[in-house]
Amino acid sequence: MSATDIQDPNRRDFLYVATGMAAVVGAGAVAWPFIDQMRPDASTLALASVEVDVSSLTPGTSLVVKWRGKPVVVRNRTEQEMKDGEAVNLAELKDPLARNANLPADAPATDANRTMPGKEAWMVMVQVCTHLGCIPLGQEGEFGGWFCPCHGSTYDTAGRVRGGPAPENMSVPVFQFISDTKIRIG
Amino acid sequence: MSEGHSTYTPKTGIGRWVDARMPLPRLVYDSFVAYPVPRNLNYAWTFGGILALMLAAQMLTGIVLAMHYAADSSLAFDSVEKIMRDVNSGWLLRYLHSNGASFFFVAVYIHIFRGLYYGSYKAPRELLWILGCIIYLLMMATGFMGYVLPWGQMSFWGATVITGFFTAIPLVGEWIQQLLLGGFAVDNPTLNRFFSLHYLLPFMIAGVVVLHIWALHVVGQSNPTGIEVKSKTDTVAFTPYATIKDAFGMLVFLFIFAYFVFYLPNFLGHPDNYVVADPLKTPAHIVPEWYFLPFYAILRAITFNIGPINSKLGGVLAMFGSIAMLFLVPWLDTSKVRSAVYRPWYKLFFWLFVIDAVLLGWLGSQPAEGSYVFMAQMATLFYFAFFLVVLPVLGLVEKPRRLPNSITEAVLEKNKGGGGGHPARATAAPETKG
Repeated sequence: MSATDIQDPNRRDFLYVATGMAAVVGAGAVAWPFIDQMRPDASTLALASVEVDVSSLTPGTSLVVKWRGKPVVVRNRTEQEMKDGEAVNLAELKDPLARNANLPADAPATDANRTMPGKEAWMVMVQVCTHLGCIPLGQEGEFGGWFCPCHGSTYDTAGRVRGGPAPENMSVPVFQFISDTKIRIG
Repeated sequence: MSEGHSTYTPKTGIGRWVDARMPLPRLVYDSFVAYPVPRNLNYAWTFGGILALMLAAQMLTGIVLAMHYAADSSLAFDSVEKIMRDVNSGWLLRYLHSNGASFFFVAVYIHIFRGLYYGSYKAPRELLWILGCIIYLLMMATGFMGYVLPWGQMSFWGATVITGFFTAIPLVGEWIQQLLLGGFAVDNPTLNRFFSLHYLLPFMIAGVVVLHIWALHVVGQSNPTGIEVKSKTDTVAFTPYATIKDAFGMLVFLFIFAYFVFYLPNFLGHPDNYVVADPLKTPAHIVPEWYFLPFYAILRAITFNIGPINSKLGGVLAMFGSIAMLFLVPWLDTSKVRSAVYRPWYKLFFWLFVIDAVLLGWLGSQPAEGSYVFMAQMATLFYFAFFLVVLPVLGLVEKPRRLPNSITEAVLEKNKGGGGGHPARATAAPETKG
């Protein structure tokens, strides 16, 4: 077979491309375990739920429990704190969504939507600043809610972001009252 | 400067035997003995050598510390305390390593500002400059991960904040953060992988340093006049001239370093890092290591949404953008004149930029409230304006001073009347020296 008989694309071109593709797929398959090992493993992912006894909480007190390596605050709010939370004009909020895992994703950030129906005094919330993950300090800052010491984000008494660099309200995890004095988180 | 063939002639039989098989002695001789350097290099040029020394010192102390350190979240803090109290000379090794990191950054900042002042990034040295920027990025990653290893409060919360940057990325941010942490929060998997990478990265730095020096030896050193070497009289041999000058620079630098190690070992650290990490309690005031403070101030300065970009993503973009500026400098600066010595306006703006960088550093150490926020916003504005406005515009409108015809002319002009300076014979035939 003389050189002039070869048509483009010829069999050799096909072999080059096929070999190249096989090498790329193979390299990807080998690379994946090296990336995959970095992800949280099953023991970390296991959704452990925590039960919390809140009988000791009088209005104006809170406790913090560790859930998924993060602190969750349970606060029994005072009358004043609830009133302050309800008085907020929703149009002023930086993040208009409730960020409550117990409600639809588009629920507005009213004070009631940040809590549980009939249990409006109780704030249950992942106490992690939505900016870069610091733990805000409770009952500080100009809105009487939470204040993040890292970069100055302020939250109101319903954990909604009101100032500073944080983009979202602090998130409310899935939780339920299993009795009047017991909460299950997760 | 890389032109001209090798002048190495092995004197012994063994030397000739090795030279014919693997000419490593020839490479060393040509690179560090006969290599011609501009005759007018000042002490700002000694920081390259100082940085090489600091990298070697950090690797040495780090390898030894790793023999006593336990990368486990339940053991790490105590193992560091054991190094401080029980391990023979452990306190010295740890203080050398932790202060060594700080002094590594002192040297690199002087080195970078030197490059900016004398226009060392301009053609044909763009790649040399970019390789330097890559080394700087690797240094920042290494320094950050090293700071996490003692597992103190600042370690833990610094890691939380810095990995939190990635959650600002839309859609995949959370996934990337969990990939970095190996969990939902900083924990044992995070510590383990940071230790592994902290051990790896210095070797990668060493690799890029080789490329950096290679690129340097292709284009040759810049010099305070910014004029290229034109003849042999413009240069001197690396050894003894540059070696001795570098050695003296190192000595002075190490003297100051030793003062900190022995008399102020914790001055550059933070007392909160002597408190064991607590995932449920953030320290009242988180600050990164001092060498990250200017970027930290830029991160916190963006407190407002910019169109579709929220304040968090904006802050992270501004912070990474502030480092990205360095990579673009060779193309942002439009001036044909390299050195600030002959650029009166650039000289002024350069020093304003230095003051701005120091101011940002100070603001980064202050709480993010009140007038500090506004000041940080103004300083951030100037930071970006320096790169994006001053550098391109100044090159077009500034009238530079008259440039000397050659390095030799500049040196002789400077020494005129002084009677001192360089012995002429030493530079007339530099190839015979060393």
